Amino acid sequence: MTLALEVRDLACIRGQRALFRGLNFSVAAGRAVSLEGPNGVGKTSLLRMLAGFLRPASGMIRLRTNGAEVSEAEDRGKFVGWFAHQDGVKAQLSVREQLDFYARLHGRSYDPPAVMAKFGLSALAELPGLYLSAGQKRRVALARLHLSARPLWLLDEPLAALDTAGKKLVAETITTHCAEGGIVVAATHDPLNVDCEKLVLERMS
Amino acid sequence: MSPFFALLSRDIRLAVRAGGGATLALAFFACVVTLVPLGVGSDLHLLSRIAGGVLWVAAVLAALLSLDRLFQADYEDGSLDLIVLSPLSLEVSVLAKTTAHWLATGLPLTVLSALLAVLFDLSVKATGALVLSLLIGTPAVSAIGAVGAALTLSIRRGGLILPLIVLPLLAPAVIFGSGVVQAVQDNLANGAFLFLAAFSVLSVVLSPFAAAASVRLNLAT
Repeated sequence: MTLALEVRDLACIRGQRALFRGLNFSVAAGRAVSLEGPNGVGKTSLLRMLAGFLRPASGMIRLRTNGAEVSEAEDRGKFVGWFAHQDGVKAQLSVREQLDFYARLHGRSYDPPAVMAKFGLSALAELPGLYLSAGQKRRVALARLHLSARPLWLLDEPLAALDTAGKKLVAETITTHCAEGGIVVAATHDPLNVDCEKLVLERMS
Repeated sequence: MSPFFALLSRDIRLAVRAGGGATLALAFFACVVTLVPLGVGSDLHLLSRIAGGVLWVAAVLAALLSLDRLFQADYEDGSLDLIVLSPLSLEVSVLAKTTAHWLATGLPLTVLSALLAVLFDLSVKATGALVLSLLIGTPAVSAIGAVGAALTLSIRRGGLILPLIVLPLLAPAVIFGSGVVQAVQDNLANGAFLFLAAFSVLSVVLSPFAAAASVRLNLAT
């Protein structure tokens, strides 16, 4: 699968304040980008724009897959794997139920024991989300990202709340995804420890 | 299982588990309806005359209790982002969530109303009309409520504003719904039934578009 993400002259205005302007970058298939910059500089906003939630003030975002161009924001969302601050883990559902739901929502079949073992969730399968720690919830979200099998991964602070093994797991998951020809854009303050390009957002004066 | 039913069954599961609000709505409905005969007194003729209106108003209020969390809970924990990005179009996702709300709230309310009708000395025929009117009409309550819930999903304590938006829009359902019961009691031709059905169909068909647009608007800010 060929895949390419291209951003041209992108501008973001939040609450009548310009966060960034004239942003250009492109990502080729199999590449990861680490999005860096100080707090409040617009990293999350950029990710939400890429996912199609926010409309750019100006500029454009183009996603090409298999030669076809996806220009509509909402269509682009159908290629996005999303992993953000809010992990979307339900307190009332067990880990197994959350993963089952997500796989079915995406019309995919999966091997629960294998996926849960891979993300260190085997012992938690029947535990409701209420009793999970912050890091364990992140692992559920990471397993979900893996299940989505979407080509364009947008990660917001993927390393937050995770232990050393968890951080390594994120790095491995990103590397595997890139090796399969996917694209990863990750906003982060900590080094991802994967082969990636850096994109630094600067505070506008 | 298709994505639509995956979302539907997840929402039903969330509604009936702790904190979901489905049982709460039923208990509220039963309490309010039971209080009315205690307050009004034992004039059976009067009670049977007001039964349709009382049960309909109580059903609408009870359904509203669990509506404010329809999108808000998913918005707060980030699930709504995932639902928007899922293969389902947002309109279909909204329809799945609305249907789940009706199955977890509207349908049980309808069944319970048959029992509560006894408190109002409602005839068998009128009870049948009441149950049928709730069965036809409560989907409109869930559908229009979903639009209100989508509009207020990012507002703190949006549950307080929700009734102000939704209740005026639900006036036709209450008018025609209780009208159905009264027409049966008076042995009149039942035009209210057709109006109620039309109102319900229109609401269910149109509201997913309005609610989806409101969700998009809220996520884009």
